[in-house]
Amino acid sequence: MFDLERWQEIFDTIRKNKLRTFLTGLSVASGIFILVILLGFGQGMRNGIENEFKQDASTSVWVWPGVTSKEYKGLNPGRRIQLVNENYAKANTMFDDDIEYGSARVFVRGVSVNYGKEALIYGVQGVASDFQFIENAQISEGRFINYQDEISNGKVAIIGDKIKKDVFGEVETPIGEFIDISGIPFKVVGVYKEMEDREEERIYIPITTAQRTFNGGNRVNNMTFTLPPVENFDKAVAQAVDFKNGLRQYLQQTHTIAPDDTGAIEVWSAMEEAKRYYGLTNNIKLFFWFVGVCTIIAGVVGVSNIMMIVVKERTREIGIRKALGAKPWSIIGMILHEAIFVTAISGFGGLIFSMALLEIVGPNIEVDYIMNPSVNFNVAFSTVIVLIVAGTLAGFVPAYKAAKVKVIESLRDE
Amino acid sequence: MIEIKDLHKSYKMGTNSLHVLKGINFKVEDGELVAIMGSSGSGKSTLLNILGMLDGADSGEYTLDGVPIKNLSETKAAQYRNKFLGFIFQSFNLINYKSAAENVALPLYYQKVPRKERQEKAMQYLERVGLKPWADHLPSELSGGQKQRVAIARAMAAEPKVLLADEPTGALDSKTSYEVMDLIQKINDEGNTILVVTHEEDIAHMCKRIVHLKDGVIVEDKKVEQVRAEQYV
Repeated sequence: MFDLERWQEIFDTIRKNKLRTFLTGLSVASGIFILVILLGFGQGMRNGIENEFKQDASTSVWVWPGVTSKEYKGLNPGRRIQLVNENYAKANTMFDDDIEYGSARVFVRGVSVNYGKEALIYGVQGVASDFQFIENAQISEGRFINYQDEISNGKVAIIGDKIKKDVFGEVETPIGEFIDISGIPFKVVGVYKEMEDREEERIYIPITTAQRTFNGGNRVNNMTFTLPPVENFDKAVAQAVDFKNGLRQYLQQTHTIAPDDTGAIEVWSAMEEAKRYYGLTNNIKLFFWFVGVCTIIAGVVGVSNIMMIVVKERTREIGIRKALGAKPWSIIGMILHEAIFVTAISGFGGLIFSMALLEIVGPNIEVDYIMNPSVNFNVAFSTVIVLIVAGTLAGFVPAYKAAKVKVIESLRDE
Repeated sequence: MIEIKDLHKSYKMGTNSLHVLKGINFKVEDGELVAIMGSSGSGKSTLLNILGMLDGADSGEYTLDGVPIKNLSETKAAQYRNKFLGFIFQSFNLINYKSAAENVALPLYYQKVPRKERQEKAMQYLERVGLKPWADHLPSELSGGQKQRVAIARAMAAEPKVLLADEPTGALDSKTSYEVMDLIQKINDEGNTILVVTHEEDIAHMCKRIVHLKDGVIVEDKKVEQVRAEQYV
């Protein structure tokens, strides 16, 4: 290994067989390159899917009442469950420690909405001030509903960006404009943005206003909560499941619903949903690993093939060297030494090149479901080692055979 | 220098056994120039391979410079080849990606001679065969005669006890053949022992002794008046 003469001999050989060396190196380098890029994009997809989930607060839990389907404690199935303010307030006090933000929601139905003479067909929802954080809505102009609006039954409205574009195109800003809801003027105080247009087609008003002004009584259509963030994903899922089950149990008891009647109170947790996607990304990662391993195998086969051809091509040279007094092991050593050297240099070359590419280009990739592809250095490094070892083993067999061949046979004229 | 007693060698050809050498007794003194002649199939190449330690004999004794050659391991054979023998082949067998000088220096590499000294020695031997100006040329850039002269320089670089030449002029035209023989004669004049396998009468007569092989035995072994190749060059 540290025989300077041997190194000189190898460099001589490499220098004078540039094409052969180049092709061997290229196949190794491209194998590594493809593998690293594949693994990188596997990770990128995972990152991308995680990112897509940031649309709604990822720890949100949504409660929708439904219709009972089971007879329970003398009550007939088919009852429509109606949530009320007290349910929301009780849930808040019961799970105070577990809740980060919460909001009940009222859908205002059967009202006409007008801006000037124009009739609008957007849904009107009464929500609390915290709802902004639950929806992850970005306020682009003005403000969201605040606590003051809630206690004073403020006649204020927050509209989606799409409504602004569709309806308020002619004024400089919708802020300060008035829209009529069933003849009652509401002042537009804010504009919010969402990831999807569909979610920008809503007009939010304070929940108290919605209940008192539009005969809502104390009825609530649904409730949403977000849970405080915890350090790891599994804990977050466990927390969400606990909260969900606790909340459902409470609601089932107060509304006299059979514990196994899941349709009557539906509790949906984004976290559990996310877990499914995480599972999906794990599968994607597995798939990329599979492709990667196949690539390595192809690389190993390629390197082995090249080594065999190289040795075959050098059979005559080996014969000559033997006639000149080369010992068998010195021949095997020389061939393997060269093989390892070329594989290692080109392998690490491919590794560095691909990782540099991921580092430079990765953060700039902006495609749906792919974000910041990157690869674990240790994984890539081990791959290079595997290729080198495989190449060496593959080169060893023919080199050993070549060294054992009778000189007369290897020098025979073809 | 070389002593062979009752040498036998047979090759297995399927179920048949082909008896190639049937008891060869043969002695070569220091400084001799011996031609081994015979038609194809007479066993002359087999004899040369055994002499060159490229193949083993079935029975008999072989002593080279007082060292018995028997049951050698690959490594030991390689050592002896390097120390005792220089090969000259019909097809030159130069390494095609190495320059003339590097080809000549190669046996010295296996003698663990330092690089600088190798290069100096290689140049020295190339000068002796008259190819110093071609030192940096690849074999593909040399003519047949030049290639064989490089091969001779290479065989001599290791300063072997015996030079073994297997049909050294077989691939050359007659003029070039005489040039090569002239060189071989001059090397012999300096006291080197040389064995030349050939089937050409005129080449054989340029040696000092002719050994005739036929069907695996020596049928004739005579000293001849050496014809100098110089006059044909």
